[in-house]
This record gives sequence, structure tokens and C-alpha cells, in this order.
Amino acid sequence: MEKELICIGCPIGCSMTVFAEGEGEERRITVSGNTCKKGREYAVKEITNPTRIVTSTVRVRDGEAPVVPVKTQNDIPKDKIAECIREIKSICVQAPVRAGDCIIEDTAGTGVRVIATKSCGQKLHVKDRHDIIAEN
Amino acid sequence: MRYEIAIIGGGPAGLAAACAAKEAGCGSILILERDRDAGGILNQCIHNGFGLHTFGEELTGPEYAARYVDKARRQGIECRLNTMVVDISPDKVITAMSRREGLFTIEAEAVILAMGCRERSRGALSIPGFRPAGIYSAGTAQRLINIEGMMPGREVVILGSGDIGLIMARRMTLEGARVKLVAELMPYSGGLKRNIVQCLDDFGIPLRLSHTVIGIHGRERLTGVTVAETDHNRRPVPGTEERIDCDTLLLSVGLIPENELSRGMGLKMDPATGGPVVGENLETSADGVFACGNVLHVHDLVDYVSEEAASAGRNAVKYIKDRRSGKRESGRRVRLRAGKGVRYTVPGYLEPEHMDESAVIRFRVSNVYREAYVGICFDDICVKQQRKHVLAPGEMEQIRLLKKDIERYPGLSEITIRVEAGAGSNQAAL
Repeated sequence: MEKELICIGCPIGCSMTVFAEGEGEERRITVSGNTCKKGREYAVKEITNPTRIVTSTVRVRDGEAPVVPVKTQNDIPKDKIAECIREIKSICVQAPVRAGDCIIEDTAGTGVRVIATKSCGQKLHVKDRHDIIAEN
Repeated sequence: MRYEIAIIGGGPAGLAAACAAKEAGCGSILILERDRDAGGILNQCIHNGFGLHTFGEELTGPEYAARYVDKARRQGIECRLNTMVVDISPDKVITAMSRREGLFTIEAEAVILAMGCRERSRGALSIPGFRPAGIYSAGTAQRLINIEGMMPGREVVILGSGDIGLIMARRMTLEGARVKLVAELMPYSGGLKRNIVQCLDDFGIPLRLSHTVIGIHGRERLTGVTVAETDHNRRPVPGTEERIDCDTLLLSVGLIPENELSRGMGLKMDPATGGPVVGENLETSADGVFACGNVLHVHDLVDYVSEEAASAGRNAVKYIKDRRSGKRESGRRVRLRAGKGVRYTVPGYLEPEHMDESAVIRFRVSNVYREAYVGICFDDICVKQQRKHVLAPGEMEQIRLLKKDIERYPGLSEITIRVEAGAGSNQAAL
């Protein structure tokens, strides 16, 4: 397998070619075009297991804001991004939400959590309604 | 109402300036913020990649903002939200308004300008055609999607490959839109490499360099745009026009420091940055008025904004102390000049007697240079050369000047920063 890549390690942006042959322990990866170690590491990662942090927004019920921003707590395999996004888009969370709250326990079978990156309070009239119910 | 320091703007610059001023011993600080939350533009930048320099980890925009908002809250810094500053007088009387308090004034011993910047609009580009719905600045679309929870369109063309445009190409794709094309007028992208790879290449979105939008179609709603190749004078090449159907056009065509208040005060401005001229202590041409962050010059990393703003905060405290003890007087100035290949420097001058042990000089180059040198000249003498593999207009550069080096040249009047040729330089080939 051969792949052309642009390194993202620094502004130079080396054009690299990464070549992989064989399987398992026999697997050999060669990188060319890089000017430093960082480039090589990036190229190897991109051809063996490319991963990304995914960020998006989730709908909020009774929130001060209609959506709350979220991220995957760690990077997930690139080919799981679409599934992760589908899950994020299919749910709606109840306000209040606090930054760091877990929104999805295990996204796209990766074992990685999706967490809120901002707090979202409850809409005022909802708070009032709860207070009234509590008082009664 | 009287405060020691009033800060205009509660974004990353205003917050960092406030925290640093508090740490330097300032008793009363007020931040005036026009939005409903502090944090500025970071609130809508929900992607990650912020804070690598400041915190050693990659945070999303809201997380980066929260670090400073929480810190300011713990320090007891007062922040008035939903409050718009409409005027600052030369003697530092601030006129502001809010729904709750109406029109009111605040007096301050020092003022820190941290209003940030604004996107260049369609009006500034003169693209001919009707004015249908569906044309947004990239930042407006970002706010609609990430804060208001609304999707501005389905079939998208993006003009300009600045970072916000690239980020929005990915964001709209993830939200289910089809981003057909990113067109960039210049032969290179103004965005960070990492964004080109992770926002365009990852999703197979084409980037067409040396291309621009020359026509807008549709009366009520945008129905398409005409894209054409441009020559080296940035003029459309006849015969290369192509119509692309779309319902949305995002513009990511540059940022302009938001300096209506600064101009209203009559501050001396730098036409190259669009911001006020400042010395190494970030003080503007008005006594006790400082500027930092994107209102001073547009940064590409928020980490540098925080760093610069913290320095403005500390300098404002020093200004107040010096003034009270009667120590304050202006010193001899050494001008900083943007030489060949350099578009601007911030600061615009140094005062050697007053400067700290060292001063950070930030600058941008005017073209892409490979294997070149950044040269520093004290008057006619070239004192230093720094080798750079690549210099690009999209990446802010910085160098540090040491006080002891400057003191060795007592009659020094001008320091020039310039790009010096290396093998195969001046090639626009990123």
C-alpha cells in the first residue's frame, strides 16, 4: 500500500510518500520525503491507524441555548467518524449540562466517551416551573 | 464609577489581560463585554487545537475560554455582559450602554483595548450579482451552527481558504451539507497546514488555488456561483469560468481589527495591521491606553493572544504605579521598520530605557519564502540572521530582541526586520 501525505507537524508541510508491505510482524513501512522524526511518526500513524478527535454539537432540551458543544474524549479511528457523528446527531440531552459531562458512554464501539465542552444552564421559565412544582 | 483598569472586550485578550493585571497587584478591574457570555469568538470555535502552547494540551475553544473565565471569576474580576462601549474620550472616560443600565460612564486610570476583529464582508470584495439569501461570512455560519443550532444551507461553495473557511468546510460536511469547493484567490492557502489536511483532504473537498468567485446567481435565494481561474495579477482568466450550483456561499476572506473606538479616540493607526501603533509595552499613542490581541493585529493562534494580552495587563499596572509615583516620562524611541518581504511588525517602536530584559517582536511576511533568512539590522548594521525553512503570510513569526544588545548601540534610531534570500526563495509554491 502506498499513500501520499502532507505532513502537519509544522509549517514546512513536507510532501511525504509512505509505503507499507507485508502483514503483522512482517509488516515493513518506509517513509520518504520527510525532513524530521515527527514527519515519519505522523506518516506511520496515518497509514497504520489514522485517528481524529471529533467535535460537534448536541441538541439540548429546556436549555438556555439550543445546542451544546461536545467532543470525543480521546481520538477515535478515522473510519468511525461518520458513525460517531450519526450518534451525536440522533440524541437530545436534558438541561442543565455541565462541561465535562458524559454525553455518550461508548461512541461507535470505540470505547471512547463523548463529553460536553461547555456548560448549558436551564431555560429560566423551566426553572420557575420546577420551583412551582417543588413548592406545591 | 471609577476603576483602575477598564478593559474593552471579554474575549481571550480581555480575559488574559484582566487576570495578569490582577496578579500584578491591580485592585479594581472592569471588563466590558457586548455579548451575553465572556469568551469571545472562542465560544463558537468548538473544534479542538487550542492551548497547546499555554496549557500543553489540546482544548476546544469553549474549554480554552472557560479556563480564563473561571480564573477571572476566582480572582473576583468584575465583568459586565451585554454592555456595548460606544465611546472612549482621550482622558479615559468610557461611555457604555446596556439594557439594564441604559447609558452610563466609567472613568479609568488605564484602558486596555481588546475588541478583537471582524470578518471582511462581501461588500469589500465587489463580486457582481444580485443579493440573494445564502451568502454568509464563514464566522456567521459558524455561529449559526455551533451556537444557534441552525443549518444555513445544503450545497456549499467557500471562497477563501483562511482557517475559519477550512474549519467550516469540515463542520458543514459533518452536519450533512455538501461542500463542493473551496476557492482561493492566492496561489497558496492562508490557512494552517493541519487544517488543509484535516478539514479538506480528510473529506475529499477540493481546494482550487488561484481561483475566485466572479458571479452570483439567484434572486431570492442563491442558486449558484461562477468560479474562474485568476492570473498572477489576481484577474480572472477569460474562458476559465465555470458555473457551480449551490445554495450557500461562505466568505472566508480575511479579518480586520475592529478599531472604531480607537479611531474615535484619534489613536495613531498602522495601515499595515489595521490596528493602533504601539510601543514594546503595547501602549498606544494615547497615554495609558493599551491594546492587545486581534484588535492590535490578527493572530493565528489564541495562545499568542493570551501571551500578548497578559503583557498588556502587566504594563497597564506598571503605568498606573509609575504615574502615581511621578516616575513616568517617555523615553527615546527606536523605530521598528518592516523591511523587504515583511508586511508589518508589532510593536512599531521600542523605548530602550523602559523595556524589560527582552521584547517580543511579532511580524508577518508578505509572500511564501523557502530556505530564507530573517535578518535584523540595527541602522545599517546587520546584527543577526535566523534561518527559516519556510516563511508564509498565514503564519505569524516572532523574534526576541534583548535589551543588552540594543544598549550596545547608543545612537540607534531604527531596527529593520527583513527577509533575506536563500536558495530558491521568493517562490510562491506551498
